[in-house]
Amino acid sequence: MLSDITLGQYFPIESVVHRMDARFKIIITMLFLVMLFWGQRWTTLLVGLFFTVLATLCSKIPFKMIWKSIKPLLPILLFTTILNLLMIDGGDVYWQWKFLKITEEGVITSAFMVSRICLLIAGTSLLTYTTSPIVLTDAIEALLSPLKKLKMPVHELAMMMTIALRFIPTLIEETNKIIAAQKARGADLESGSLKQRIKALVPILIPLFVSAFRRATDLALAMECRCYHGGEGRTRLRQLQSGMRDYIALAITLLLFAVVIAANALL
Amino acid sequence: MDSLISVQDVRFSYTTDDGGEQEVLQGISLEICRGEMIAVLGHNGSGKSTLAKLLNAVLLPNAGQVVVDGIPTTDDDRLLALRQKVGMVFQNPDNQIIATIVEEDVAFGLENMGVDPVEMRERVDEALKAVKMYAYRRHAPHQLSGGQKQRIAIAGIIAMRPDCIVLDEPTAMLDPQGRKEVMKTIKRLNRDYGITIVLITHEMEEAAQCERVVVIDHGTIKLDDTPAHVFSHVQEMKALGLDVPQVTELADMLRQAGYDLPCDLITEDACVDAIERLLRGGTANADS
Repeated sequence: MLSDITLGQYFPIESVVHRMDARFKIIITMLFLVMLFWGQRWTTLLVGLFFTVLATLCSKIPFKMIWKSIKPLLPILLFTTILNLLMIDGGDVYWQWKFLKITEEGVITSAFMVSRICLLIAGTSLLTYTTSPIVLTDAIEALLSPLKKLKMPVHELAMMMTIALRFIPTLIEETNKIIAAQKARGADLESGSLKQRIKALVPILIPLFVSAFRRATDLALAMECRCYHGGEGRTRLRQLQSGMRDYIALAITLLLFAVVIAANALL
Repeated sequence: MDSLISVQDVRFSYTTDDGGEQEVLQGISLEICRGEMIAVLGHNGSGKSTLAKLLNAVLLPNAGQVVVDGIPTTDDDRLLALRQKVGMVFQNPDNQIIATIVEEDVAFGLENMGVDPVEMRERVDEALKAVKMYAYRRHAPHQLSGGQKQRIAIAGIIAMRPDCIVLDEPTAMLDPQGRKEVMKTIKRLNRDYGITIVLITHEMEEAAQCERVVVIDHGTIKLDDTPAHVFSHVQEMKALGLDVPQVTELADMLRQAGYDLPCDLITEDACVDAIERLLRGGTANADS
């Protein structure tokens, strides 16, 4: 059960998008998000769809994977649709029951909203599909590094993320071991009321926490022994490198953004 | 020989939970020479791990001093230089790997030292080859076996080009295969790279593979000699709660039963030879 967790949903294949500089990918994704929310016209969605399809094709990520990332959010999408359908008033009335009614405006808005959210998920999941979590962490650190001047602990945050990523598989393995050990001692995790089941988790969580703290102490010691003294004067083995493809991708994104702004103003 | 680490009349005590003090090391003096492979033996609570932690300034002595290549461990300004000279490998391989990819982890120490990325790449590859883990450089640590993880931890230290590696029971959590791998790696590093090895252990078979064995009990050094000499004190070792290698014990029992065997047998081969010689000799005696 626990081993199914795929972290960051990284989809490791070779493609132009995978080879892109993660910093650029983050910036482009940000621009894409702003663009989706900026545009109030249908052209925005067309441009967004064009961008998503283009990026997906370049990344060689199967469209099935994109659908897979949207699927878990279907209930939220459904909720948004119903809310928009019933709440927004204007234009022809298609259906009415007491105070509830579905209007032309409502249909249009809810369709718009749903498409927008779908594009949003598709675009952002492309980022995590094509970038390994560790590279993503590096890129975030690099992008936030100007904040170091404001005394933001950027390096420390990135280090924490790296360590968390490193220890997730270890702790999952440990949890499985503890579950097995508690089951062997007669713990019942699968039956009983919700309250009983939550209670049954306590003998699993406590050993897990104790061991996590012990690991943390050990790790801190090991890090110190390897000359760790914070981010100051630190170099990196993996260098983030930007190239022509990154600038081209950024240029395309900016161009699409300009189209959206123009469409907003002119139409 | 050229002394690398000098431990001078060191005392160390922990504060216990009830506020009292427990002296773990009671005046230890030890010279560790460059290129030596030395085992520190002792049962649990003998103070051997504490001694290890004093060697690279993780702990500081209450009295006496530890000097590494001219740097006293109390010198705060040269702490990083000292830790680069004396690397440390711990018991649990999982809790000392920091990065999510093998080569990244090996690079961790170098990143901290601010080594140039190009040179770093060379040193990481070299270190991975030295522990024979180069083929696994892109793997995630959790995909590796315990022995492999421990070798990665060792590679992370070698990449920093230390003079000495202190290993605190590096094989205690490993399976027999992993133990063999790690011991082979340690021995090769000592032989081929001339790195001084301080192996904290309670495995007699591992201690027997070193050049020198220091036996610690209740915070004092009881024996400090070659493994052959140390293990010849079978009764004394037993009194300290320690074992001797199985072959040494066998030879000792045979000796007590009246057979004439040397008392410095620590390897199986030597023991087999000695018994064979004895049997041949015995047969010859019976014939005459």
